[in-house]
Amino acid sequence: MWKTILRRVLLMIPQIIILSLMVFMLAKMMPGDPFTGLVTPQTDPSQLHRLRVEAGFYNPWYVQYRDWVVNMFHGNFGTSYQYHRSVASMIGERAVNTFWLALLTFVLTYLIAIPVGIIAGRYESSWKDNAIQVYTYITLAIPAFVFYLFGIWLFGYVLGWFPTSGSISVSATGMIGKVGSMLYHMILPALLAAILATTSIIQYLRSGIIDNKQEDYVRTARSKGVPERVVFSKHILRNSFLPIAAFIGNNFAVLIGGSVFTETIFSYPGLGQLFISSISSRDYSIITALVLIFGIFTLLGNLISDIILRVVDPRLRIQ
Amino acid sequence: MDAEEIQGKTIKEEKVSAPPSAFQVLLHEFARDKVAMVSLIVVTLIILTVFIGSLFLNTGSVTQVNILDQYDAPGTNGFLLGADEGGHDVLKMLIVGARNSITIAFLVTLVNEGVGIIYGTIAGYFGGKVDNIMMRVVDFVMILPALMIEIVLVTIVPHYNMFSLVWIIAMFSWVGTARLIRSNALSEGQREYVAAAKTSGTSNFKIIFGAVLPNISSLVIVDAALTFAASIGIETGLTFLGYGLPNSTPSLGTLIGYANDPEVITSKWWVWLPAALLLLVLSMGINYIGQALRHAADARQRS
Repeated sequence: MWKTILRRVLLMIPQIIILSLMVFMLAKMMPGDPFTGLVTPQTDPSQLHRLRVEAGFYNPWYVQYRDWVVNMFHGNFGTSYQYHRSVASMIGERAVNTFWLALLTFVLTYLIAIPVGIIAGRYESSWKDNAIQVYTYITLAIPAFVFYLFGIWLFGYVLGWFPTSGSISVSATGMIGKVGSMLYHMILPALLAAILATTSIIQYLRSGIIDNKQEDYVRTARSKGVPERVVFSKHILRNSFLPIAAFIGNNFAVLIGGSVFTETIFSYPGLGQLFISSISSRDYSIITALVLIFGIFTLLGNLISDIILRVVDPRLRIQ
Repeated sequence: MDAEEIQGKTIKEEKVSAPPSAFQVLLHEFARDKVAMVSLIVVTLIILTVFIGSLFLNTGSVTQVNILDQYDAPGTNGFLLGADEGGHDVLKMLIVGARNSITIAFLVTLVNEGVGIIYGTIAGYFGGKVDNIMMRVVDFVMILPALMIEIVLVTIVPHYNMFSLVWIIAMFSWVGTARLIRSNALSEGQREYVAAAKTSGTSNFKIIFGAVLPNISSLVIVDAALTFAASIGIETGLTFLGYGLPNSTPSLGTLIGYANDPEVITSKWWVWLPAALLLLVLSMGINYIGQALRHAADARQRS
């Protein structure tokens, strides 16, 4: 098993290299450079030129690329030219918020999806299953941002149950007060995002259960006289969970990536919102770093998914 | 897909009592689903209204800023659905916006299916090393953070216009189609009739376009419908964030985007709500049509 995992990790290295080359190219295509923000009518062009030479702007692209990669390995992502702060520290602050929001969404997703999926599969074609089918159809078809917008409008503005912006209230004091306030700010965006994320899990779980019900080993277990409850939980359910387990890594990556919409609509100070605000102020050092980080996250998510799938399903290890 | 043409075909082919074609079976299965038929009618009506309506509108005058009419309430100053931030008539913006959103989604679907089908059939039909390399590319594009790169591209592409957006969206969406077509072309390519055609000296080109593709055509229709729905979502989403269509070409996302302002979302509902509802109906309708077509295609494969 370790061999396959190692091979899978090694496969990721060329992907990361291509990704970083791509992001580097995108960064080079962006107009301006880190010194554009320093330009004022009083700036001496020769001084600007000197700064650019020092930063290696006239080096061949592969030297620039190498320097860029080396800098990143030292945690140096450059300086934001709007805020004049290190990009790494700005991203660090926001990443915490995005991480908590994604984690809460993730937990809620599985809390909703697993029981709902089991009910749909177990009571196939009953009214419960039909209702769940309607639910999955709606959550699949509705554009995410429209769903969030209706959510914040109804529960945030009209009913006023939840805050409509920020990640913590200024007046929150003490450990419990702060955590409570954070949760209060996260619960609506997390719940809405979770509802949309449940769709594929419910569908996989449902069809997995329905397929497994007809398997030979289930019939064998039944004819041996194994109680129906045990047949369901030990034989059908366990096998139906396999594809769900594989979603875990992907799902987390998707949640982090999907933060752009949730965080913009809920004015939640995370990475997605930082990305949009950096785009509108053309703060390219932040944009470049974020695209790369999000890309690596998706890569890692896929890696984790693959590894989990191999760990939980012994049949895949033989290959 | 032209319904009349297919019906015409049905009558013609019934005379010679040939086995029903993929389209006929698909249509037959589809017609049994009442909700799907209602969705089809609603979506067709919306598309017709929007395109015919926009014929009577001068796009230039619709997007002209008139600050005196800013946020006029519905029914005032001759604005049936009120006016938005720039004093544009919301009803006219809805029509032009929906037309633009639908046009873009259609173009994206066209590029997406074209590239996806060619790429997928080549990979699947030839298999082996070619397939392996081609699919690694697909895997790679699939794991890219599409939304973020799309936004970056929108801001840096020179001479940015509606068609740039089509290419930018299609750049990331074709891989899904390619993967789907590839797996089906792979299994189709191993069928006996392909081997028979090969041994009798038929060219690969002829086999692909004459036999393999027609056999997976129902799949393509399903995928096109779902891609169309997804593309509307992506375009309006990007425009909603402010990085889709330029302001001179309004989209449904432009109107919904005004809701980012707390003032608008709470007290100027007429600006964003109609567009959001229209997008919702369109997206749900097209998605349902796609789902129904998929069920129909599955049913055909079962029989």
